[in-house]
Amino acid sequence: MRANNILGIIFANAYDNVLAGMTAPRAMGSVPFGGGYRLIDFTLSNMVNAGIDKVGVITSNNYQSLMDHLGNGKPWDLARKHDGLFFLPPFTAQELERYNTGRLGALQNNEQFLQMSDEEYVVMSDCNAVMNIDLKDVFRFHKEKNADITMVYRHGVVPKLPNRLIIDKISDGRVCEMSIVSNGEGEANCAVNITVMRKSLLESLLREATASGAASFERDVLLKNVSNLRVFGYECNEFCPIIDSIQTYFDASFALLEPANQKSLFAASRPIYTKVYDDMPVVYGLGSDVKNSLIADGCVIDGQVENSVIFHNCRIAKDAVVKNCIIMPNGFVADGANLDCCILDKDVTIRSGRTLSGADTYPVYLAKGIRV
Amino acid sequence: MSKRKECIAMLLAGGQGSRLGILTHNIAKPAVPYGGKYRIIDFPLSNCVNSGIDTVGVLTQYQPLALNEYIGNGQPWDLDRLDGGVHILSPYQQIKGSEWYKGTANAIYQNINFIDRYDPEYVAVLSGDHIYKMDYSEMLAFHKEKNADCTIAMMEVPWEEASRFGLMLVNDEGVITEFEEKPKNPRSNKASMGVYMFTWKKLRAYLIADEEKEGSSNDFGKDVIPAMHNAGERMFAYQFDGYWKDVGTIDSLWEANLDLLNPNVNIDLTDPSWRIYAKNSALPPHFVSADATVQNSLISGGCFVEGNIDYSVVFSNVTVEEGANVRYSIVMPGATIKKGATVQYAMIAEDAVIESGAVVGEDPEKIADLANWGVTVIGANVNIGENATVAAKAMIAEDVKGGDAK
Repeated sequence: MRANNILGIIFANAYDNVLAGMTAPRAMGSVPFGGGYRLIDFTLSNMVNAGIDKVGVITSNNYQSLMDHLGNGKPWDLARKHDGLFFLPPFTAQELERYNTGRLGALQNNEQFLQMSDEEYVVMSDCNAVMNIDLKDVFRFHKEKNADITMVYRHGVVPKLPNRLIIDKISDGRVCEMSIVSNGEGEANCAVNITVMRKSLLESLLREATASGAASFERDVLLKNVSNLRVFGYECNEFCPIIDSIQTYFDASFALLEPANQKSLFAASRPIYTKVYDDMPVVYGLGSDVKNSLIADGCVIDGQVENSVIFHNCRIAKDAVVKNCIIMPNGFVADGANLDCCILDKDVTIRSGRTLSGADTYPVYLAKGIRV
Repeated sequence: MSKRKECIAMLLAGGQGSRLGILTHNIAKPAVPYGGKYRIIDFPLSNCVNSGIDTVGVLTQYQPLALNEYIGNGQPWDLDRLDGGVHILSPYQQIKGSEWYKGTANAIYQNINFIDRYDPEYVAVLSGDHIYKMDYSEMLAFHKEKNADCTIAMMEVPWEEASRFGLMLVNDEGVITEFEEKPKNPRSNKASMGVYMFTWKKLRAYLIADEEKEGSSNDFGKDVIPAMHNAGERMFAYQFDGYWKDVGTIDSLWEANLDLLNPNVNIDLTDPSWRIYAKNSALPPHFVSADATVQNSLISGGCFVEGNIDYSVVFSNVTVEEGANVRYSIVMPGATIKKGATVQYAMIAEDAVIESGAVVGEDPEKIADLANWGVTVIGANVNIGENATVAAKAMIAEDVKGGDAK
């Protein structure tokens, strides 16, 4: 017997280009976040925590690190005899081109996967919205409202991303008016790109889209049908940054230093799962000085760390000063180095005595493997 | 018949560990948490895997539930294998009846069938309650080179402590000439570590003989090893120079944890070439607030620290609230130290709660008679009420009301 009747679909490469540096060696889904996670962990865990036991991860390029991270799906309990995790890379050159049309092309490329699945419902999600949402409750809402399509939205700053759906008018959960904005401004009810519908409906919408030569899932499928179908909006009130630039990545990381946001994202009842490394607990040396920071296992801290997010297995040497920084796994900050407002990608080494500083509105980004 | 293995390991994990008191009321000693994210058994298990031993029998008897659950299919140690892997071996019913494991040797004796399935040349017999990093493959190479029947790992201990150990007199070739069990006046400082390598054919014969012998306590140290020695079998001592600690008592467990913070102690858990594996769940990084101070400590994932931590080992998901002080202490998973509470020279077991203002443990320097001093232990799930005081050396298994002096 299966736990429920829902198929998960994740678009692992959506908006790769907004974090150009970080996604050079990886897909959006495998961008490190929050001191110990990859972006895909959040949406994947949300699905698993709702009892979903079949998830297809659609990816088009740069997916080696994502494959390495997901493995056979074991950390999410998705290494199953039946169902479990399905990795869906492109298959032919023709398919590769179709990914240019975003979600629509990605889904069209995987129609066979949809066909072969016998779940009644589908939930689709990107990776760049960081949140811990109770998808069970979204489904309860979907059924209770007898909805055709349920879109999760949050009220807040409109992300500066292309083709984002904005819910302009909503009445008792029913979406009356929607619009599409690109690089929007101000605040609004923005879809976070978590969408629920019957699989059969998705399949027929995809056939229709293929027949009519549609080019955008948002415009030609969702927006087009807002009056024909029962489209509902489910408001998410949790901590939910949408990453649309290196700046929002930077800000969202520091927002996690707020205990209330930690409690929202790392809710004990719905854990965020990730690939686990066998690192020892953090070693704080004599004379270390850590304030207002998140520190992951495997780090050895002998220096000063303030307002920072430090991923696993980093070394902060004596007399090094790290302020307002994000340091991804295996970072090494040697003695006497001084960092302020920097993002260090994986495996970055800062030699002793070096000083690097950005501004809180313009962080310095150091690409994977750089030695300064 | 399974695939033939050159060497398999049998891990003795059935002991109660009664000297650990309330820490082992509900779990076997090898399942006791250690080092911020490990359990004691992670050390011998990881040593096996890192030494290339992929078949391990874990002999359990006392309170095996937590241990069985923890080991599971062995995946965290890479011991979920097509052939071999980790197997939990509890006493079982046989044609001639059923009996508990009467002693360490009897435990192996009852599992001769298990060992025979792999038809090994050698069998390592290990304890599940020692903290050390050791390459058993080097010991095996030594065993083969000496053409030994039994090799016992040994380390030199300080002379003044020697009388606490089982000692061996060893000649220049490494041959063990004599054994001394906790002698008053030691003639050697070479202590047995409770790590044995046997040639299986020999051991098998001695186990059967020992079982038939009336009045035998069926113990390796007391019966089988002396029997082999008396019969003139080739017995060698293999010298080990690293860190090794028997964590059989409250004080030694406390010390062994704090040893991890001592740069002069040779146990480096960060070494990527000899990882100690553990069953880990994915936990968020721990948070240290702007008001917290953390010095010279180990802190694990999921912790939330607003207070002060000095010279302590803090396990996962521990909360240390504002103004709380944790010094020279071991705080096990899920425990909460509330506002302004003090925890010093203590071990706090899983999910215990120290309410605000409570004081647990005592600084040895503030006690006139050191005989009255000892590490304070708070049992799992125990609640220490507001402003309560818990004295040094106390072992608390039940909730303590607020303001009570104990």
